[in-house]
Amino acid sequence: MAANEEEAVKYIWEGAIPLQIHLHKSEVASHPAPPPSLVLAPRIGYLPLLVHLIKPYFKDSLPPGEDSIWFDYKGLPLKWYIPTGVLFDLLCAEPERPWNLTIHFRGYPSNVLIPCEGEDSVKWNFVNSLKEAAYIINGNCKNVMNMSQNDQEDLWTSVMNGDLDAYTRLSPKIKMGNIEDEFSRKASLSSTQSTQGGTEIEVAGQVKTARIPVRLYVRSVSKDFENLEDVPEIDTWDEISYLNRPVEFLREEGKCFTLRDAIESLLPEYTGHRAQTSGEEGEGITTEEEADGSQETRGEIKMVRIQGIEMKLEIPFSWVVNNLMNPEFYLHISVLVKAPQR
Amino acid sequence: MDSAGEVVNDGKITLEGFSVAARSFAEKWKRLNLSFPPWSWVPLNNRTLLKKEEGYLSLEKIIILSSLDESVEEESLDVRADWSEKEEAVDHTVLVQDVEDEAHYYDYHIVYSASYMVPMLYFRGYSSDGKPLSLEVIKRDLPSSSVSLLLESKWTFITQEDHPYLNRPWFKLHPCGTEEWIKLLSESSSFTGCQMPVELYLISWFSVVGQVVGLKIPHEMLI
Repeated sequence: MAANEEEAVKYIWEGAIPLQIHLHKSEVASHPAPPPSLVLAPRIGYLPLLVHLIKPYFKDSLPPGEDSIWFDYKGLPLKWYIPTGVLFDLLCAEPERPWNLTIHFRGYPSNVLIPCEGEDSVKWNFVNSLKEAAYIINGNCKNVMNMSQNDQEDLWTSVMNGDLDAYTRLSPKIKMGNIEDEFSRKASLSSTQSTQGGTEIEVAGQVKTARIPVRLYVRSVSKDFENLEDVPEIDTWDEISYLNRPVEFLREEGKCFTLRDAIESLLPEYTGHRAQTSGEEGEGITTEEEADGSQETRGEIKMVRIQGIEMKLEIPFSWVVNNLMNPEFYLHISVLVKAPQR
Repeated sequence: MDSAGEVVNDGKITLEGFSVAARSFAEKWKRLNLSFPPWSWVPLNNRTLLKKEEGYLSLEKIIILSSLDESVEEESLDVRADWSEKEEAVDHTVLVQDVEDEAHYYDYHIVYSASYMVPMLYFRGYSSDGKPLSLEVIKRDLPSSSVSLLLESKWTFITQEDHPYLNRPWFKLHPCGTEEWIKLLSESSSFTGCQMPVELYLISWFSVVGQVVGLKIPHEMLI
């Protein structure tokens, strides 16, 4: 790995969010109420994995009964299967440090949150995402299925513990391959006019592009804003559009496929300089008011955050993928857009 | 190579193919499967998703009467359909055989997975007061052949996940190996060169997947 790539991976694995966890007041059964617990949460980790650090602070204050643990941010129940760093980038337009979250030990909102049985659920989610990413990249998930049970366990443990050295030792066993490998492999396949691959990774069908696992989280605001603090709060997950779909990475001679190209391929209505409507059927394309430029009709990408970094959209997408993806090989992108106006 | 009209040899389907297949599936179902209400196409007209043909298929408020009597004659379920167009008031005058029967309602969505390039079946069950049914209760509503299939197979299993578009927990049927049995279905048919026309993809898919959740399609749909 090139020196700067090593640095980038370290940056990702060491990234952390300081959390200040408050026990929900309805569950405070002691007097005085316990002070909030301070925890440093790894960006690539998941909230349920922090419970063993947090619970000791609150266990004496809890009412009797069984635990069913969940977190909220300003009333919004947090989806536990989204990496902590992504939740922070998405929900805190203006980064709040420490990030104030509320923990609940009762009253799991099972009508809005899928169940979580602690570490096992988080591990299952991780392995599943890894398989899905493998499927997207390689056309099958044999590489993950062929890993021994021990290797899978060790891989998960390395992620859970934030142990980059262990993960680096194990990742060759995943045999995932990066974008460059994909392109040279497919180029050699098409030149030999054969579907028999000479490499370990098999490909399904003849595809001219590489597929990259991406999870896109889109927040939309209706008005322009001066500062990020002015961005309104999110009350429900319905305000966020979640797109779990691969980016088709197009490689053309002499052209660089940028981060902007990738995002616009997933959000075509925010593409370039075409005026767009808000999507009502039959409305057609409205024209921009030219006079004083104040009548904005097109949607606009206001900000893109990956691993806490506000990204410049002209960066080559291959660099972004190779350096900023999560350990399960997914690239999580938080996008703030201004919606097209009617 | 996937061209417009054909399903790719490897059993997968493109987004465009899914839209075509969905229309064909819904149309044939409406014509030939009269014991059920029709499927509706729900377009994804969320602001940030403007691709014209995107959407999913929805079949909702299917009533399964779970009788306390365990001995059902056949594997098929006692299914009544509560049809209502969305705009009309819900009509609850359902045939109830037995006063002890409890009506369980089911919603089914067929959603395209861009990652796996195959359809996925999402479903949920709820009682007449809207309370969601647990997987344990749902399993009792499934044909007994399905339950053993689920317990011992590597082909399908049910998990609970967020619906890809509705932000609520739904159950998802994981047919791992979907593309393998679609391939088998195309090979064992008389299609030219073993390529299934895309219009038949969802019908073939559902002929297998639907059985797991007790929804049968008439043979005429496969022609």
